Amino acid sequence: MDLIELREVCKTYHLGEVDLPVLKSVSLCIAKGELVALMGASGSGKSTLMNILGCLDHPSAGQYWLDGEEVSRAGTNERAILRNRMIGFVFQNFNLLPRTSALENVVMPLTYCAESLPERQMRQRATEMLRKVGLSDRMDHQPSQLSGGQQQRVAIARSLVNNPRLLLADEPTGNLDSHTSEEVLQMVAELNRSEGLTVILVTHDPGVARHARRVIHIHDGMIEKGPETS
Amino acid sequence: MRFYRTLLTALRALQRNVLRAGLTTLGIVIGVAAVIAMMEIGNGSTLAIQRTIATMGAYNLLIFPGNIAAGGVSYGSGSSMTLTPPDADAIVAECPSVITAAPIVRTRTQIVYGNRNWVPNTMYGTTPAYLEVRDWTEMAEGVAFTDRDVRNCSKVCLVGQTIVRELFAGESPLGKEIRMQNVNVKIIGVLQPKGANMMGSDQDDIVLAPWTTIKFRVTGTSVSTPNLSASTAAASTTVLPSQVYPNTSLTLYSVPSTVQQTDTPAPVRFANVDQIVAAARSAGQVSTAIDEITSLMRERHHLRGDMPDDFTIRDLTEIMKTMSSTTELMTNLLLIVALISLVVGGVGIMNIMLVSVTERTREIGLRMAVGAQGPDILRQFLTEAVVLCLLGGIFGIGLGRATSWLVRVLKHWPTASSLGAIVAAVLVSASVGIIFGFYPAWKASRLDPIEALRYE
Repeated sequence: MDLIELREVCKTYHLGEVDLPVLKSVSLCIAKGELVALMGASGSGKSTLMNILGCLDHPSAGQYWLDGEEVSRAGTNERAILRNRMIGFVFQNFNLLPRTSALENVVMPLTYCAESLPERQMRQRATEMLRKVGLSDRMDHQPSQLSGGQQQRVAIARSLVNNPRLLLADEPTGNLDSHTSEEVLQMVAELNRSEGLTVILVTHDPGVARHARRVIHIHDGMIEKGPETS
Repeated sequence: MRFYRTLLTALRALQRNVLRAGLTTLGIVIGVAAVIAMMEIGNGSTLAIQRTIATMGAYNLLIFPGNIAAGGVSYGSGSSMTLTPPDADAIVAECPSVITAAPIVRTRTQIVYGNRNWVPNTMYGTTPAYLEVRDWTEMAEGVAFTDRDVRNCSKVCLVGQTIVRELFAGESPLGKEIRMQNVNVKIIGVLQPKGANMMGSDQDDIVLAPWTTIKFRVTGTSVSTPNLSASTAAASTTVLPSQVYPNTSLTLYSVPSTVQQTDTPAPVRFANVDQIVAAARSAGQVSTAIDEITSLMRERHHLRGDMPDDFTIRDLTEIMKTMSSTTELMTNLLLIVALISLVVGGVGIMNIMLVSVTERTREIGLRMAVGAQGPDILRQFLTEAVVLCLLGGIFGIGLGRATSWLVRVLKHWPTASSLGAIVAAVLVSASVGIIFGFYPAWKASRLDPIEALRYE
């Protein structure tokens, strides 16, 4: 069964009088456990598609099923709950809370869970995640005391702490040097392999896309290569 | 649990920028400190002013006998003789709004010491309670007379400063005897100076003695001196030869025989008084006291429902008004100062919270991306503002109390701590936090996560 199914999704921005179609009838399926790269030049609608996939935005038309639930009709609060439960985000600029320990950064998404855990259990889960990304000795460090690669690993730990179905990485290596990039991508690939986590890498770097088993090119608001599995 | 998490998040966010949080709070700290200090100093001053005005008799009630009319001719206020000393005792015992009450017998007569003489402006026969009513219990010299002196008709008196000046030329009058109407009365105490009253008459020109002494010895209107009918008038200073030389006096009335005396027992000491002064517990209880005294007096004087009062009660409305307007003015002044400083503090909080929201746009975006809903963000920023304000309030209370303590110790101003002010300060600072923190928090909660995440 497909984790993600998009059917004829359109997104049009209204800038005053002018309608600006960004996504033009995108249809797409991503199965559970896939590692997909989403590629496209800037202005291609790549970010918009990612926002829709990440439930940050809703499509103007078309349907979007995420794990069997129709997201395209969900309201703001339902989408927030979906993001919390289903999706982990990794950003280009890490987006860690400044002057806050790595552990607290990882705990943060748990505090917005509908079923709130006791403090101790939250910390336990966060510690586990940090160990998984190999930062068990850096838990009390603040982001400014960590290297870029370490920061991104904290961000990955944070994105995984809620056991999401989908990891959405937006240019995860954009701010990293090639060596660290490789490390981070290896880790993501490893997570995909060992835990069956569905990963979407949004990037414009073919070097990054190489790690994916399937590449989706988006150009001018449309998908260039069909949703065939490689 | 959820509240605890929110509080923790807010505290951590504030902890990230302690200096700024501190500076932001400073507005509230100073505002609340100003309120507390002003309240305590103001309360102290108000109390001091009230005490001063109270010594002028602001809480006092004057009860006069009513008038009697014969054949259409009214004899004016105070002409009936219905007030008695037991009335005063009953007022104290049965009117809860009255602290104390004293009967007063007035007279006006010459007093003589050595080769000097003087007619005091005020000569009151009363009880020690009078000194409490007038807040005059502290003696400049000597001691006050007691209830026992009243019972015994003791020939003792207290004199005011003017008497000391006029009769004794400044030397201590303690233990000296003055003559009033040929009665030697010993001075046992000198009253504190009180100066002129509101109408300009000298309050120190006074002689106070037990009312029994004035009534039965000095003015002599009692059955024990039945033949001094000529000098019954209170204001009379003329001394009849019959009093000076009793041996040569004529017997104007026939002396009753023993049988006549047993058949018609003389009314013992018909002891009416000219006035009763009572002190209410506080300014607010003056009108209650009037009601209580009225019903008590009507009952004691056996007045039926339709009969008019045989007494009149007056309060010192003018002084009362002065007092309440002073208090009101003080309170309003303090309120205005408090409001201004707290609004300034609140604007400071709002300003910094707005800056904070702008600065932390990305953080807000991130929190929304991982599942925070609008209300979560609103709650977080609101909690931050309230925590800031409450912390400011707590520090402000400390600072304010310290200031008022310093003022008391260094400048000797009266201060009075007020629990109300502290409670109000905490409530107000919390409300300032909510009111001025709401807009920034609302703004934060309305951010679009996509925009917020992309914000540089």
